[in-house]
Amino acid sequence: MSTRRHFLALGLGAAGATALGLAGCGDDDDSAGTAAGNGGKDYTGPKVTLNLWNGFTGGDGDIFKKLVDTFNGEHANIAVTVATYRWEDYYAKLPGAVTSGNGPDVAVMHMDMLATFAARKVIAPVDDVATALGLSENDFAPTVWKGGLYKDKRYGIPLDMHPVGLYYNKALFQRAGLDPAKPPQDRAEMEAALAALKGAGIQGFWISPFQFTGGMTAYSLVYQFGGALYNADATKATFNSDAAVEAVSWLRKLVTDGHSPADVGQDADYLALKAGQNAFNVNGIWQVNDLKKSPEVQWGVAPVPQIGSKRAVWANSHNFAIVQQKRTDANKVAGAKVFINWLSQHSLDWAAGGQVPARRSVLEDPKFIALTEAKALSAELPDAAFPPATPGIGDVTNLFYTAFNEAILGKKPPKQALDDGVAKADKLLEDNRKKYGD
Amino acid sequence: MRARATPYLFLLPYLLLFGVFGLLPIVLGGWLSLHQWDFQLPNKPFVGLDNYQELFTPDSLVYGDWWESVRATAVFTVASVPLLVALPLGMALLLNRSFPGRTFFRAVYFAPYVLGVAVIGLLWRFLLDANLGLVNHLFGIGTPWLTGTPWAWVSLVGVTVWWTCGFNAVIYLAGLQDIPRELYEAATVDGATAWERFRHVTLPGLRPVLLFVITTTILASANMFGQSYLITQGAPGNETRTVVSYMVELGLARNDAGRAAAMSVTLALLLALVSAANFRIFRYREE
Repeated sequence: MSTRRHFLALGLGAAGATALGLAGCGDDDDSAGTAAGNGGKDYTGPKVTLNLWNGFTGGDGDIFKKLVDTFNGEHANIAVTVATYRWEDYYAKLPGAVTSGNGPDVAVMHMDMLATFAARKVIAPVDDVATALGLSENDFAPTVWKGGLYKDKRYGIPLDMHPVGLYYNKALFQRAGLDPAKPPQDRAEMEAALAALKGAGIQGFWISPFQFTGGMTAYSLVYQFGGALYNADATKATFNSDAAVEAVSWLRKLVTDGHSPADVGQDADYLALKAGQNAFNVNGIWQVNDLKKSPEVQWGVAPVPQIGSKRAVWANSHNFAIVQQKRTDANKVAGAKVFINWLSQHSLDWAAGGQVPARRSVLEDPKFIALTEAKALSAELPDAAFPPATPGIGDVTNLFYTAFNEAILGKKPPKQALDDGVAKADKLLEDNRKKYGD
Repeated sequence: MRARATPYLFLLPYLLLFGVFGLLPIVLGGWLSLHQWDFQLPNKPFVGLDNYQELFTPDSLVYGDWWESVRATAVFTVASVPLLVALPLGMALLLNRSFPGRTFFRAVYFAPYVLGVAVIGLLWRFLLDANLGLVNHLFGIGTPWLTGTPWAWVSLVGVTVWWTCGFNAVIYLAGLQDIPRELYEAATVDGATAWERFRHVTLPGLRPVLLFVITTTILASANMFGQSYLITQGAPGNETRTVVSYMVELGLARNDAGRAAAMSVTLALLLALVSAANFRIFRYREE
């Protein structure tokens, strides 16, 4: 659930900034943070205290704190203190706190927020951490690694990624005579499974008209059919391409063919899956821990099936970022880099919180392979379709979700809904370019 | 000297509060609306009246969304105000009679109003869910209460009436208790029927209260935000996204405070016009 919230985040950020004065955010030099230390190999200076902010309010927060305690025990001259806020409050406070000089030193941030905060000069580049530690694309899934770049500079060191997966109800599988050990993995299998479920009187795949979760499903399928939401440099929206129209039409057809009821409400798709009324729900990996709380539900999770011409899924990722300070303390920056590197290497323990670690070495660790659900979804890592690193892109993507809403509810034919959305999106992209001075 | 200062000293505390929390934000809002204002970007260029002009330029970024939201607010206001004015009046008339359990019923009708919008929003979102909700289940129907128009409007208006009519009823009740008993007695003696007593004693006696209720209800309905934000989430598409909802999204979620402020000023002017018309009509009737 944590991810749902952060889409509102920047919004509340504004409120935070007003409270703390309207002074413009520092026009500090971009390179302020990059000169310090040796990029995180080690730190031998005087003792420093680092403040870290995150939004891990669920069970993941406890795991994170335990990791930090271990780190503090191993490092005599670095003490990390953690403050946890709900994501929306957190993103809200951050810019104002940084402006007034009360910000944290290290921040955990979603990948799609990096460009926006980088453009707003809230976070500093961390290229030297990557080079000093010898980190490169090979150590990570390429999609995750590239997502941390903005204007050829690296702003985030990926900790994990959270894709969507296909959740399915095994009890309904059995009722329809399907094998619960074999969730559908391509279009033919999916359509056959839906037909079998329909035969047993079950509407198998509830499609919600909202971003969570229908919108994320559509997002995945647009890329699967070979489309993309934006062109390569994110100057034009392309979610009215033939591929995108085909993807959204396929989902709309699930409704008209009776595989999904019409007018599915927010969360109804997921609740129906738990209640044994809905067989499939494409939902985030973060639901694994919620489902584990309901032992009476017989469920499984598998990678999102390939409906289009290739595999692709919606995903996001938690990244570490170093916060731009009014006055840069080289020792603090050096200490922060040591911490980021250490935690990145210990991301296996983090995976227990229900995330897929971003590091390849950890993915191949037998202990990670033992985490059934996360392991199953880690297969999606190479197929993750992240939004482009463009400031303000989240607001534009919301226009895709609105268009999808109109199409699924039958207010407009898919093609027209998407055309209308793109017309608006192109104007907003242009407006954003002017605003962020690109 | 001191005597002359006294009234002003009494006014001072409120003047301070009004200045800081009323006047200053209004002036600042006007100032913001003349800029491209993003809290977190260093340059906030002055754009003159561009933000206002955009609202009336058909091919601008915000034109379509702005007028769609104005339409949503207008639909909601026109549908909800008559109900919120008439229904509580009927309730107040009933609750003003003496019958056993009167205090209990007064409390019951007022009760929903003490709940926050987040509580009633979530509550009704679950009750009205088209496929899993209790309402459709009870009646054995599949009405899209939250995702299809006009049903979404029925839901939003219905929930708002249920939620806030107790408040207006309490105000009417206070007004009713201010009407002198003797007038009713005199009317009865003159042979007036129950309807005539209502028409010629109760309504004229309630005129100032009625003006207050109508004005505040119009303003409250025109500022509707939480219900559509939580219950319908603006769906289908953005059809039920109200002006305030759109302004919040623009000003706070997209950090586009300049445009949001321009919309806010425009909405305030529109509402000032409506309120002025309202006062005119009531004064005209008095003369």
